[in-house]
Amino acid sequence: MYREDFPILNNDLIYFDNGATTLKPQKVIDAVVDYYSNYTANAHRGDYDNSLKVDMKYEEVRTKVKNLINCDSEKEIIFTSGTTDSLNRIVFGYMKHYLHAGDEVLITKAEHASNVLPWLELEKEIGIKVKYIPLENHLVTIENVKNSITEKTKVISLAHITNVLGDVRPVLEIGKLCRDRHILFVVDGAQSVPHIKVDVKQLNIDFLAFSAHKMLGPTGVGVLYGRYELLEQLQPTIVGGGMNSSFTSTGEVEYKSLPSRLEAGTPNIAGVIGMGAAIDYLMSIGIDTITEYERHLKHYFLEKVKDIPKVIVYNQDVEGGLIAFNIDGVFSQDTAVYLNHYHICVRAGNHCAKILKEDLLVKNTCRISFYFYNTEEEIDKLIEVLRNSEDIFKIVL
Amino acid sequence: MDPRLKREIMLENYENPMNRGLVEDDSYIKVNTNNESCIDNLDLMYKIENHKIVDIRFDGEACAISTGATSMMIKNLIGKTKEEVLSILENYENMIHEKEYDSTVLGELNVYNEIYKQPNRKKCALLPFESLRKIVDKM
Repeated sequence: MYREDFPILNNDLIYFDNGATTLKPQKVIDAVVDYYSNYTANAHRGDYDNSLKVDMKYEEVRTKVKNLINCDSEKEIIFTSGTTDSLNRIVFGYMKHYLHAGDEVLITKAEHASNVLPWLELEKEIGIKVKYIPLENHLVTIENVKNSITEKTKVISLAHITNVLGDVRPVLEIGKLCRDRHILFVVDGAQSVPHIKVDVKQLNIDFLAFSAHKMLGPTGVGVLYGRYELLEQLQPTIVGGGMNSSFTSTGEVEYKSLPSRLEAGTPNIAGVIGMGAAIDYLMSIGIDTITEYERHLKHYFLEKVKDIPKVIVYNQDVEGGLIAFNIDGVFSQDTAVYLNHYHICVRAGNHCAKILKEDLLVKNTCRISFYFYNTEEEIDKLIEVLRNSEDIFKIVL
Repeated sequence: MDPRLKREIMLENYENPMNRGLVEDDSYIKVNTNNESCIDNLDLMYKIENHKIVDIRFDGEACAISTGATSMMIKNLIGKTKEEVLSILENYENMIHEKEYDSTVLGELNVYNEIYKQPNRKKCALLPFESLRKIVDKM
């Protein structure tokens, strides 16, 4: 679908690494170029036409994000450099002041590094306890979440969809559980917001983090959503221009209100405007249409790969549009290099979830992650190349 | 060297690498090496006596090039003095980085003399030698 909108697809390229980053449609590229070519100015600064236009365009994107995730107010949307930045701010701007020694934070071993390392740092810094919800066949079950909660549990922080196996977590049930037990629910939406509907109110999400570049937008920009009362308490981890209302040489400092207070320095204006164009584009297709089509592609692949016994798929049964696999007896990186020979882009490795291998027993996998511009024909080509992989080392070595 | 022969040597060393499997022995120096791509993960153990490498063992999960290079490196280094080890290390790195080098000290490792054509695999070929750098001062 919509392949003609993506200039990079005019090249001989089969791009199956959408979990890492997505391709960019012309409309996003145009929006970024338009800002740089026709109305470059800083935001929140000048009184001249272009600066006002920048202000308007930049703030418009907050409304688009608000509509995308269905939160209450634009003031709940903070632009960051991406999911990692957002999660770090949640942990070091909010949790560091909210949590106390001995308080428990529940995560899993399948989380991305950016939803593990900030918590481990905070554990060292203030003595919180990071605990892992046991996985059932690599998946999070509501039962195991319930059983992991103690009276000291203050936070549950999970990826909505994991980047290694693509499983969709039962966030609706977990959100309810958190609300009932007064536990804060932090959701890493990097792999979900681009692919499925995420409604922060319906799902009872307290904090949500996601990146623009995994949803057709530019790199270096993302979103931190926080429920207003919580965001009000989130301390800026970076201070400087644009976020203060006044300060004196004697150290009296007053910061601005939300959202400016949490956006110190000149923001990534081009990135934010590009993200806005990406959201418009996604909305014009419809997130549900994207979800459905990706699932179709996944099933199409699974059906075709059945009669290639040497291809081992590790996540047959999960919903998300992502396949984790290996060719039997071949190191994942060698498979990725082999596929690259046919201009097929896949990712090999442990996908930044280094502790999952303790559970999965397979250290490295190849990952195919679909997006709506992928086609059955591309999958046919991949299947053919996998089927004919006896000569893999002739190509890799 | 004939490309087919090169590939055969690489494949042979990948499929049947020299000295795979670690030993429980405190007289070895243990080094872990991680490729920056964060995929390959090799453990190497070096036994040094009288400033000579007398044994090397390895284990871990790595691609065909890293594993093959480790096997060839082990074959080449056992019995070598510090001076010889430094010379192999320097010449091998020079070969990988397309600088002048002496091929006569590299033995089978010469099969990687064109790896620069695949820049993303240079790291793989260098991986076992990163561990060597870490122990050579202790010789």
